[in-house]
Amino acid sequence: MSASLRVRPSRPPRARRARRALDWLLNAYAGLALLYLLIPILVILVFSFNNPQGRFNFIWQEFSLDAWKDPFGVPGIGDALLTSLEIAVLATLVATILGTLTALALVRYEFSGRAPINFFIFIPLASPEVVLGAALLSLFLNAGTPALGFATILIAHIMFCLSFVVITVRSRLIGFDRSLEEAAQDLGATPWETFRLVTLPLIMPGVVSAALLAFALSIDDFVITFFNSGSTITFPVFIWGAVRVAVPPQIYVIGSMIFLFTLAMMLLTVWQQRRAERMAAVLPEPEGA
Amino acid sequence: MPARLKKAGLPYLLLLPGLGFLAVFFLVPLVIMWIESLKTGTIDTGFTLTWEFSNYTDALSDYNEQFLRSFEYAGLATLFALLIGYPLAYVIAFRGGRWRNALLLAVIVPFFVTYLLRTISWETILSDDGLVLDVLRGIGIVSENGRLLDTTVSVVAGITYNYLPFMILPLYASLERIDGRLLEAGYDLYGRRRDVFLRVTLPLSMPGVVAGTLLTFIPAAGDFINAELLGTPRQYMIGNVIQSRYLEVADYPTAAALSFLLMAFMLIIVLIWARIAGTEALLGTEGERR
Repeated sequence: MSASLRVRPSRPPRARRARRALDWLLNAYAGLALLYLLIPILVILVFSFNNPQGRFNFIWQEFSLDAWKDPFGVPGIGDALLTSLEIAVLATLVATILGTLTALALVRYEFSGRAPINFFIFIPLASPEVVLGAALLSLFLNAGTPALGFATILIAHIMFCLSFVVITVRSRLIGFDRSLEEAAQDLGATPWETFRLVTLPLIMPGVVSAALLAFALSIDDFVITFFNSGSTITFPVFIWGAVRVAVPPQIYVIGSMIFLFTLAMMLLTVWQQRRAERMAAVLPEPEGA
Repeated sequence: MPARLKKAGLPYLLLLPGLGFLAVFFLVPLVIMWIESLKTGTIDTGFTLTWEFSNYTDALSDYNEQFLRSFEYAGLATLFALLIGYPLAYVIAFRGGRWRNALLLAVIVPFFVTYLLRTISWETILSDDGLVLDVLRGIGIVSENGRLLDTTVSVVAGITYNYLPFMILPLYASLERIDGRLLEAGYDLYGRRRDVFLRVTLPLSMPGVVAGTLLTFIPAAGDFINAELLGTPRQYMIGNVIQSRYLEVADYPTAAALSFLLMAFMLIIVLIWARIAGTEALLGTEGERR
């Protein structure tokens, strides 16, 4: 190891002590930053067990399981969650398929116009959500069809998930070893067989992360949905409507449920990908490893 | 069909569904909104296209206060996110060890909770009967009947919080990629810690800084939820105006003009950054086949 060979004059003890203090300070600062990120989440989890007085669940009163026992006890909240889930599943499905095809084309083939296409896909990510929502609303109002509601929300969600999917899958494809496909073709596989048996399994982790991201984005979206929802109510739109009237603990309960579900899905995929990578010896080295 | 031609057509065939969708539901809407922004009329009489370019100057002069405030709040939030996020990303990248992935997960955990709920959680934390205000009153930072909620402080704090992961992730990605041997070389050449950081680590992490500031600033400047829930009309940003002009007043031409102005400002900022940083770092396309 180079460490043992390296000759460096040892520092005076005071400098070393100062360095250690700086180290400690940096770690403490990072810890505080992490706390800042996590405290609001903790507040939501804790306040889902609150038994609030009045209509707003803002002040801690006493521990209660009431809201968890009856999470759909607030009129309309169950339907709103169901709508959100339906849209998230459909939008994820469509955006993942379209986005994966686009990413494949962008990384695997050389053709003219690739640079402007890359830029075109990037622009929706660089646009404020209000603008995306307002522009789509202009389209739907002028076209007159489809009527604002489930269909328009779905279209909007596919639109903003698409760019995220392309970028996620593309980053996975860039480290991809093409010789594996060539080997398959040399062994007599048709292009379709090569894709199904070699390419797809190898890019699957990227596709799965992209799908997870799309799902999380869709179920969380408020701004673009709000512009294009008409009278259809998703869970975030429900919260927005509730905020001025009443914030029952049930909102915290369902928020916690979505949180725990997404967390579990995330941990499950990470675990599964680790296992798959350990088992597949032929997998190309990931970038930067 | 000859094989070569087939092969040449394949990428376009793969692109067609995705790009077609984006063209119809992203590009076309922008064009329609642009036409909308040049109309005159009201919701009752209907809108007619009169190429009213003064919509833009009127919108800018009527709402320049909200525009300026948007960029001020977004700029502040971006700065705070950088100050909070850089040390955290640094510690995770260089000292995370086997906890790295768990720490990264903790960074993105806020995304798993609905945006609105996260903001409502801040409403709880900063509320008049909340713990934070009690402590600050106790220390004397906030006066006895001073408030945290419905102030500039609460709005900027909320925006900073909501977009912080967008700052940390690209910072982490660029810090993690730094070759440890470069830092060793710096120390071997008798560089002090500060010198090694300023001359090696910081310059090499610049792509992350550029991407992070952009990913934070753009959504922050267009945000209206934090100002609505954590502020009052005195904290309203341009997003609040666009939202109410579109959905409450139904003054489509003004709302469309405002949207375009916002988009134009954003594009200018992105292009300036792209000039400074290089488009590859920005688009994440480095390493593609050339």
